[in-house]
Amino acid sequence: MTVESTAARKPRRSSSKRASSAAAKPPQSSEPQLVQLLTPEGERVRHPDYDVELTHDELRGLYRDMVLTRRFDAEATSLQRQGELGLWASLLGQEAAQIGSGRATREDDYVFPTYREHGVAWCRGVDPTNLLGMFRGVNHGGWDPNTNNFHLYTIVIGSQTLHATGYAMGVAKDGADSAVVAYFGDGASSQGDVLESFNFAAVYNAPVVFFCQNNQWAISEPTEKQMRVPLYQRAQGFGFPGVRVDGNDVLACLAVTKEALERARRGEGPTLIEAFTYRMGAHTTSDDPSKYRNDDERVAWEAKDPILRLQRYLEAEGAADQAYFDELEAESETMGKRVREAVRAMPDPDPLAIFEHTHADGHALVDEERAQFAAYQASFAEEGN
Amino acid sequence: MAATKMPIAKAINESLRKAMENDPKVLIMGEDVGRLGGVFRVTDGLHKDFGDGRVIDTPLAESGIVGTAIGLALRGYRPVVEIQFDGFVFPAYDQIVTQLAKMHARALGKIKLPVVIRIPYGGGIGAVEHHSESPEALFAHVAGLKVVSPSNSSDAYWMMQQAIQSDDPIIFFEPKRRYWDKGDVDTDAIPSPLHKARIAREGTDLTLVAYGPMVKVCLEAAAAAQEEGKSLEVVDLRSMSPLDFDTIQSSVEKTRRLVVVHEAPVFLGTGAEIAARITERSFYHLEAPVLRVGGYHTPYPPARLEEEYLPGLDRVLDAVDRSLAY
Ligand SMILES: Cc1ncc(C[n+]2csc(CCOP(=O)(O)OP(=O)(O)O)c2C)c(N)n1
Repeated sequence: MTVESTAARKPRRSSSKRASSAAAKPPQSSEPQLVQLLTPEGERVRHPDYDVELTHDELRGLYRDMVLTRRFDAEATSLQRQGELGLWASLLGQEAAQIGSGRATREDDYVFPTYREHGVAWCRGVDPTNLLGMFRGVNHGGWDPNTNNFHLYTIVIGSQTLHATGYAMGVAKDGADSAVVAYFGDGASSQGDVLESFNFAAVYNAPVVFFCQNNQWAISEPTEKQMRVPLYQRAQGFGFPGVRVDGNDVLACLAVTKEALERARRGEGPTLIEAFTYRMGAHTTSDDPSKYRNDDERVAWEAKDPILRLQRYLEAEGAADQAYFDELEAESETMGKRVREAVRAMPDPDPLAIFEHTHADGHALVDEERAQFAAYQASFAEEGN
Repeated sequence: MAATKMPIAKAINESLRKAMENDPKVLIMGEDVGRLGGVFRVTDGLHKDFGDGRVIDTPLAESGIVGTAIGLALRGYRPVVEIQFDGFVFPAYDQIVTQLAKMHARALGKIKLPVVIRIPYGGGIGAVEHHSESPEALFAHVAGLKVVSPSNSSDAYWMMQQAIQSDDPIIFFEPKRRYWDKGDVDTDAIPSPLHKARIAREGTDLTLVAYGPMVKVCLEAAAAAQEEGKSLEVVDLRSMSPLDFDTIQSSVEKTRRLVVVHEAPVFLGTGAEIAARITERSFYHLEAPVLRVGGYHTPYPPARLEEEYLPGLDRVLDAVDRSLAY
């Protein structure tokens, strides 16, 4: 297996030649070479540069994370179908990328997600029900980012990569050894903000890891409509390493992200990780993928399912028995029920909440409008409407 | 030819199709506008019939979309670009404000920028953040841009034709929550000028001015007021820049009262300009101050509160009562 690091930690004479010839050709999206530690069949393989040693306990932990995350996601999708949520962006298929990278972070690291990072939120200890408020339409965020060092979801594509970079610049200024992870999609890689964040991170040697989940689609647009050069290779042009990892392999995602975070902690600057994965479902519940892609593609990716592959490995290793799987199934059920109940019990906000938190120090016009609004509302109560 | 009934989204689609048939220089550009036909299906079928060269799925980069559209326009094309939702225009705002709006003037009129920027805007569809905003005043404030918004299928059809034919950059705000409202489109009609307001309903006691999504609300308010014996005139602005003050003025000088309604925040909004200008022009005709109904000086709220935020019948009629009470 070839190492796909652009700024190779072990310099090779042929590398620049290979890179330029690859750049001249359109990307070979069929079977990319990527860092892999667990094959789709669940077989453990070795990689010259990346490895993780995990106990059976830890392996089961990763499995549990992925199963519960998938269950949570499925629950949210059905809650949307039942009209309890206005919208849902499913992470189905991306569990390994999110759990692997999320579990690589340390408590004092800081994560800047986009809007699909439900698995990363789980790893950061955010209560999953908090993620649902914005999709139900009761708030625009729903959690205190500083409780778990997990920033709010960002809807405007790419914006958060600059915030992550700036935050990381602050971490470096403070002399702290924590690191920052910025999540974004393959589509986002076309945004100026993302490219500017790469440049800032490189110039200021910021301790930030750019974690791109290349799930092959930006709504209806395939990656060919976003880029001509494989994404991870872009890092080289900015002056930091890029690596493509099998995004459906939780062990590889963990190993690669850990390495990048350690690099950042050592003061060696940013890394771009491209997790090569697949969005199994629709872009969001408003989207109809049958308009732009065929089922064959999905079927091919189903064979690389991240959960199934770890399950095979656990079984082969004798790391989990039937009792474990049964228990986890029961835990999933309980979690699903809890999420369902929590969402149904989520109250609509007080109408006056419109005027809350527009400014930290208040604003006279907002205060005036709040008072007018309150009086207007009260007039209905008087009329008994 | 008899008029055909079609929803606003379809009327825009037909209009784009006609413009592309008539002029090979017309291009469609944007995110997901090709095979998907746009997230609202406004460009549905165009990619199939006109191909990749004319209906261009772009990278996910709004600054790139508008910036390259400027270059294509400089080369003689007439790009019609789609910004997927109101809140996503801001990465392109720099290109629109600092470049698109000013280039014609800087070149002493020697170059033309026939770029249409389509933006589905406004709330009422239960969406998440950045999908429900009304940023029209931010564009109307910029010299060099023209800003329009149709409220019905016929205007959607004709105003799009006119916008594409115009040699100026036009920000074309599409009232997304009205996309599915049906209305007559007569494709043989002689359309009224793009920047002329329309009397949507005649009345004698008070003038309601609105545009885009709020025209329907105002017509409903006028119908409700009729039952209480009040006769409201409704003016559909159609264009926020230039603004047809003459039509508003003559309506106001007839009814002597004016209420302006829009979803966008009231503060420094389109209504503020109308109130100031009409007060200046028609001070001695007015029986009451010009009132405004609109959004608050807050972020657009989460979906569960948007009904409280958006002007509805009650808030419009409340303002009507306040005006009539003077
Ligand atoms: C600036 C901006 N433009 C457009 C959109 C609309 N939009 C939402 S998600 C999306 C596709 C994102 O694709 P990608 O970055 O690959 O992330 P994925 O959803 O696949 O995880 C688009 C175009 C947006 N949210 N922000």
